[in-house]
Amino acid sequence: MKNVELTVNGSPVSGEVESRTLLVHFLREHLRLTGTHIGCDTSQCGACVVHVNGKSVKSCTMLAVQADGAEVTTIEGLAHGEELHPMQQAFMDNHGLQCGFCTPGMIMSALDIVKRNGNELDEATVRKELEGNICRCTGYHNIVKSVQAGARAMGGES
Amino acid sequence: MTDFGIGASVKRKEDRRFLLGKGRYTDDIQPNGLTHAVFVRSPHAHAAIKQIDSSAALAAPGVIAVLTGDDLSADGIGPLICGVTVTSDDGEPHKAPAHPALAQGKVNYVGDHVAIVVAETYAQARDGAELVMVDYEVLPAVTDTATAANPGQQQIHEVAPDNVCFNWPFGDKEGVEAAFASAHKVSSLDLVNNRMVTNAMEPRAALGEYNAGTEEITLHVTTQNPHVHRLVMSAFNQLAPEHKLRVVGPDVGGGFGVKIFVYAEELVVGWACRKLNRPIKWTAERTEAFLADAHGRDHVSKAEMAMDENGRFLAMRVHTRANLGAYLSTFGTMVPSYLYAFLLAGQYATPLIYSEVKAVFTNTAPVDACRGAGRPEATFLVERLVDVCAADMGMDPAEIRRINFIPVDAFPYQTPVVQCYDSGDYNAALNKALELAGYADFPARAEAAAVRGKCRGIGISSYVEACGMAPSAAVGQLGGGVGLWESAQVRFNPTGNVQVFTGTHSHGQGHETTFAQLVCDQLGVPIDNIEVIHGDTAKTQFGMGTYGSRSLAVGGVAIAKACDKLIAKGKKIAAHALEAAEGDIEFADGSFSVAGTDKAMGIGEVAFNAYVPHSYPERLEPGFDENAFFDPTNFSFPAGTHICEVEVDPETGEVDIIKYSAVDDFGRLINPMIVAGQVHGGIAHGVGQALLEACRYDSDGQLITASYMDYTMPRADNLPSFDLDYAPTHPPDNPLGVKGCGEAGAIGAPPAVINAIANALDVKHIEMPATPETVWRAAQTAARA
Ligand code: FES
Ligand code: FES
Repeated sequence: MKNVELTVNGSPVSGEVESRTLLVHFLREHLRLTGTHIGCDTSQCGACVVHVNGKSVKSCTMLAVQADGAEVTTIEGLAHGEELHPMQQAFMDNHGLQCGFCTPGMIMSALDIVKRNGNELDEATVRKELEGNICRCTGYHNIVKSVQAGARAMGGES
Repeated sequence: MTDFGIGASVKRKEDRRFLLGKGRYTDDIQPNGLTHAVFVRSPHAHAAIKQIDSSAALAAPGVIAVLTGDDLSADGIGPLICGVTVTSDDGEPHKAPAHPALAQGKVNYVGDHVAIVVAETYAQARDGAELVMVDYEVLPAVTDTATAANPGQQQIHEVAPDNVCFNWPFGDKEGVEAAFASAHKVSSLDLVNNRMVTNAMEPRAALGEYNAGTEEITLHVTTQNPHVHRLVMSAFNQLAPEHKLRVVGPDVGGGFGVKIFVYAEELVVGWACRKLNRPIKWTAERTEAFLADAHGRDHVSKAEMAMDENGRFLAMRVHTRANLGAYLSTFGTMVPSYLYAFLLAGQYATPLIYSEVKAVFTNTAPVDACRGAGRPEATFLVERLVDVCAADMGMDPAEIRRINFIPVDAFPYQTPVVQCYDSGDYNAALNKALELAGYADFPARAEAAAVRGKCRGIGISSYVEACGMAPSAAVGQLGGGVGLWESAQVRFNPTGNVQVFTGTHSHGQGHETTFAQLVCDQLGVPIDNIEVIHGDTAKTQFGMGTYGSRSLAVGGVAIAKACDKLIAKGKKIAAHALEAAEGDIEFADGSFSVAGTDKAMGIGEVAFNAYVPHSYPERLEPGFDENAFFDPTNFSFPAGTHICEVEVDPETGEVDIIKYSAVDDFGRLINPMIVAGQVHGGIAHGVGQALLEACRYDSDGQLITASYMDYTMPRADNLPSFDLDYAPTHPPDNPLGVKGCGEAGAIGAPPAVINAIANALDVKHIEMPATPETVWRAAQTAARA
């Protein structure tokens, strides 16, 4: 067992983990942050995307011990109090979610897309950038609209 | 229309919890003392089990128990059942081999359940499972749908000679043969409907908890129908009496059919949690989902159409082999029979139809409903055949459809295959779709593409499907073991807010919003004051759940009926309070008023009076809380025309969907935003089947597409945005005037896409999935021809 100490959604946390424990399991089972989901075992679906030191990461592909000392943001860390983050709000306004299972990963990936591509995103860019996130419900139509709208809203905010 | 009533695109009430990461899916629940389960699964497609040695596993750290089929049968649990009987051509019911939840001496597919290992941690359970030694004697495997029933094949089940589950002829065979004999032209097509893995993004999971004090089992499970799970597990699997079994389908991450069925893992977890008196959780890994979720489709067919000299359809004949997998899943027999053959008329007035379905067992995962269930198979066959007919007759695909459509004045229309279509205007949808797709200008676009060395194609699919399942009497006549009514309870609390209990289950469809809109519209209560509750047998009355796009068309009507009862009771209460005759009370916009006066009281006040009945009508029961059940008198028949335009690169076989246009008739729309979302998702599912998704077993029965590395799910960059419109008609049988929309896209899309590719390459047919390799080969062959 190893001790890990990291910052999750702005708060310091620590825990004893096996060296094989994945970051996603640490988040879900030790910290009970179950907004981060597990949809596959081959690191393809993107349901588990979180931000580690500001970069989007599939938390099923990272060991908890590798995140020792890191700053991690999960879906639970986005809203400001009662108010949804503009990207979360955009998903609601554009019906970008149905069952909600892919949604946390989609939103965390979307924020990374905005970070790397800016606030004015064309459809082709969003579609290409989302290739690591699978959704079975929405056909992506409204997810693409949500990401574009969320990106614009984030631009207006800053 | 109000801002929140029927017809408004109200933002979804359920979204907030999902957006905040506060959804509560089965795997999210972690009771104290939780243990974890891993299933030992067969690595062989077909084998006898000679011995199971659990000693090393039991000695491993943290392992609590290893339980096998012997333990299960000693406790009298199982076997799993199939709920629909199909009568074979020999007059006998279909062959139903025993389906033990844990293997009894034999395994029949890779992934078949052999034992459950329960341990303190998930990692320990996994390690333990590795240590269970199973001695197998491997037998030859049968996997191929087309040849599974051929003479000389290895027989899988003693009770099913030649691996045949049923052979089901249906329709007027002689009439069809006579029509073919005298036809001007016969078109025919051999085609395969590719096997799919449904792949809801949330893997299946089950969490069992036993309360030794109340002797009650609580099972959280990824289910689309908690009461059906409870009923089957109680009445047929002997897990626990119904009143001692609580089944909860909490937030469920997509269903698409795959979470209807009662699976081995859920039953075994429910049983083991009591046996060990510990909470046990099992969550499928994606690979397990590929191996052991029920799969979909998998037909091999020959379709033929007899026509007169004008291209009018005289008769259709269909022979299908359907793969049911190794065992019968809960509704496995129904999908390639009633849900398939009864839709073979499509949108056409074909007077004579004959079909023969031979359903076979193979050493593959059980096959059951997957989004559309039988109707996509029927639609793909009909709509592909119609395009072949058009080519054979030298007619435009739109024109041959038009002249064969059931005319608008013929509804309700009795097809020759049982179903009586409620309403439709197929021409209206076709015309609108042609317009939306820019069909008239297509030749110019094709020419421009040809200049760039690309092949453009356009494909039409005019589908009809059956939803609103289902009239219980019809279900009974067909050999179904259940009624398919739906239930609702609408309860006012004393403070005037409303709780709506539905027997349906939402796993992405947005019932919490749509149903609240119904109640908001009918009772005039603000939508924020309405809560929709579903998915827990301890909270809601018995209900049949969600599948077959039935929730609004059946469950929505039950809610409306409960609201009617509240209004009727409210009139009595208001009449008393307002000192008027009951007949003079009118109800509108949430207010009971005395006709022709300004005397009125709000429904909230009426509810309060009902709970604080100090001055109240004599002999009227207190309380403002009504139940209703609705058993539909007919199915509903959504229909529409989808048109797909593709550009094929003949050098690479790459298919680009340039434009996808869909015009659907779903009757009345309650929430157009949610409806569009359902159509988008359905189309993507259908495009996935057409272009990307192939579930393949090798001849030894190994699943060679058991992960997202080998099984291609549609990604965002495989798809365009979709152009949607509607051509609604009014279904007279449905009190809300609604039809259902959840499966339409998955039904309409595959033939639209394949017709477009066949058109682009000028080939007769191309099999699904039309991967670049398949398309490239077809393009090369076409170029040589
Ligand atoms: S769970 Fe991490 S990519 Fe699928
Ligand atoms: S919303 Fe269900 S998987 Fe994306």
